Amino acid sequence: MFKSMSALFLKDIKSELRTRYSINSLAMFIIVTISVILFSVGNEKLTPFMAGGMFWVIVFFTAMSGLSRAFVSEEERGTTMTLQLIANPDTILGGKMLYNMVLIFSMNIVTFLLYTAVFDSFIIKNPDIFFLVFSLGNIGMAVSSTIIAAIISKAGSKGTLYPVLSFPILLPLMLMLIDLTKLCMDGTTFADTQIEIFFLLCYDVLMMTASFLLFDFIWKD
Amino acid sequence: MDKIHYSLQLQDVTKIYSRRTIFKNINAGFHSNGIYGIAGSNGTGKSTLVKAIANIISPTSGKVHHQKNNVMIEEQHLHNEVGFLSPYFVFYEEFSAEENIDIFLKIRGIEKNSGLIDTLFDRLVLNKRRGDAVKTYSSGMKQRLKLIFALSHTPSLLILDEPTSNLDDAGKEQFYGIIKEYADKSVILVASNEKNDLALCSSVLNLEEYK
Amino acid sequence: MVKKIFLYVLLAVVSIVGIGFPIVKNPVNWYEYPLIPGLEENAKIIFFHVPTSWLTVIAFFMSTYFSIKYLRKKNIIDDAKAYTSAQLGMIFCILATVTGAVWAKFAWGSFWSWDPRQTSIFAILLIYGALFALRSAIEDEQKRATLSAVYSSIAFVTVPFFIFIMPRIMKGLHPGSADDSTAGPLVNFKMNGNMQVVFYLSLLGFTLLYAWMWDIGYRSYLLKEKIEKSEKKD
Repeated sequence: MFKSMSALFLKDIKSELRTRYSINSLAMFIIVTISVILFSVGNEKLTPFMAGGMFWVIVFFTAMSGLSRAFVSEEERGTTMTLQLIANPDTILGGKMLYNMVLIFSMNIVTFLLYTAVFDSFIIKNPDIFFLVFSLGNIGMAVSSTIIAAIISKAGSKGTLYPVLSFPILLPLMLMLIDLTKLCMDGTTFADTQIEIFFLLCYDVLMMTASFLLFDFIWKD
Repeated sequence: MDKIHYSLQLQDVTKIYSRRTIFKNINAGFHSNGIYGIAGSNGTGKSTLVKAIANIISPTSGKVHHQKNNVMIEEQHLHNEVGFLSPYFVFYEEFSAEENIDIFLKIRGIEKNSGLIDTLFDRLVLNKRRGDAVKTYSSGMKQRLKLIFALSHTPSLLILDEPTSNLDDAGKEQFYGIIKEYADKSVILVASNEKNDLALCSSVLNLEEYK
Repeated sequence: MVKKIFLYVLLAVVSIVGIGFPIVKNPVNWYEYPLIPGLEENAKIIFFHVPTSWLTVIAFFMSTYFSIKYLRKKNIIDDAKAYTSAQLGMIFCILATVTGAVWAKFAWGSFWSWDPRQTSIFAILLIYGALFALRSAIEDEQKRATLSAVYSSIAFVTVPFFIFIMPRIMKGLHPGSADDSTAGPLVNFKMNGNMQVVFYLSLLGFTLLYAWMWDIGYRSYLLKEKIEKSEKKD
């Protein structure tokens, strides 16, 4: 089962490296968004809380611009049936989730490095807690956006629909992440944040369970 | 190797798309190896029926039972028992023919039988081009590659939807030769309107009768 | 017919009594409401704001319930039920948001302040909006029903987070919030007898209104679909 998933994942990576469909545009997207924020802020100094919130705004929009490809590209080229013939739904959802997780992790690490370099007020005082929050947040985002991508790919892949459907689902996650980031910037202890980190974990687990339960309905016509 | 006994039973299979009935109450059984035909003029739902059999779409009502050596095959494992050739099938065009086949086998989790695949490439005259990207292939070459795809994981149920479309006469003969060879090893369903295709079949299910 | 007249009378009485009866410091007569410190004259909106919010939530649950039922049984009637409930939920959600914002302006000084419950109702509004956007994008009836049912079910998973997480992140202003000094539900503590009666009558009236509208709504939706189908065939 896991072998099949990783084979599907490797196929997507290989295909991406060969076509460079999203990597280039995602990289540009991150640079463009950060520049826009830089221009709009001008010489003003961002308050730490704003800097923390803004970071997740960039992450959200980058995710929205790139993560739907996982399913939409298959639907566009007509390879959905190919996948149906070679794997069961669980394998396909698992493989696509894995791919989106790797994509979002690499994307967000780049965003984080650039963002830290550009905005002085974005200083994380608890890197260890932040790393945990960041990882759980990325997983949650990848999971939710993968299942929404599956929905919109079957809805005739209307591009604008993706953020519209994703935002309400990602909203509780985003609010938790923004709050935790603020706490990490203020300097906090693990004891103070553990309940929220626990909820973050719950979000990931619940969304993943719901996705695997519901994917069969989306996948089979 | 023990002989595999595959049996397929359709029970009241009905498909309705947006309140338009494609076919209804199909009852049929395919219990021994051999070639069976599914006929019907355009739009009678041949492709829809074979997709329902391959579990790509679910019928509106009714059931399809797959059995291998008298054991029911679970839905989770069905995809590895079925070989499927369809005009709607699309390869990953940025990969070469061989890469496509390799990737599919890896995702299936099935060990590659190099001997079998080499023979198939050879017999279908694709050997020289097996390293080229599928996007450079002609439609006839893609059709040949589809047959390799359908056979590459040694399925016990083979579904061929319009197997000889886009093929030249030589290609058709190669196809018929291979299909006949598999007839005593597996259950083969051929959905087609071509007289020559249906001539291979021991019996034909006519979809016109299930309106 | 009797049901409709009863509902009409009930809602008329609730509206008149809810708005008309005066609020006084020390209620003596049966028709007087007590003065609740911090709410004063604004208190009357409670007869409309709470029922609409309550129905927003009920409609959301009903919609999810029928969505899951649709996924299990694939009966198109369940989809019509879920969809109609979502439509009504959207209407009540807007009403609750507007009455809430008006009340907030007078009680807390601004129309919107991202109190946990305000945030949650905003999220429900977004979910409904997304659901309708999704539905209008899909042509095929079964596909539309399946995908919107899946989406409702996924959206439902976020509910516990709004209930448990929002109050931790944001300052609560609503009565009954964790850091509200007056603690405890407003209903039991500060309302006197007649106010409670009107309140519960209003809750009942609005719930019956919802049930009635929902019943008509999903049946007319099914009829509409049927007519459109037969027109297509001709």
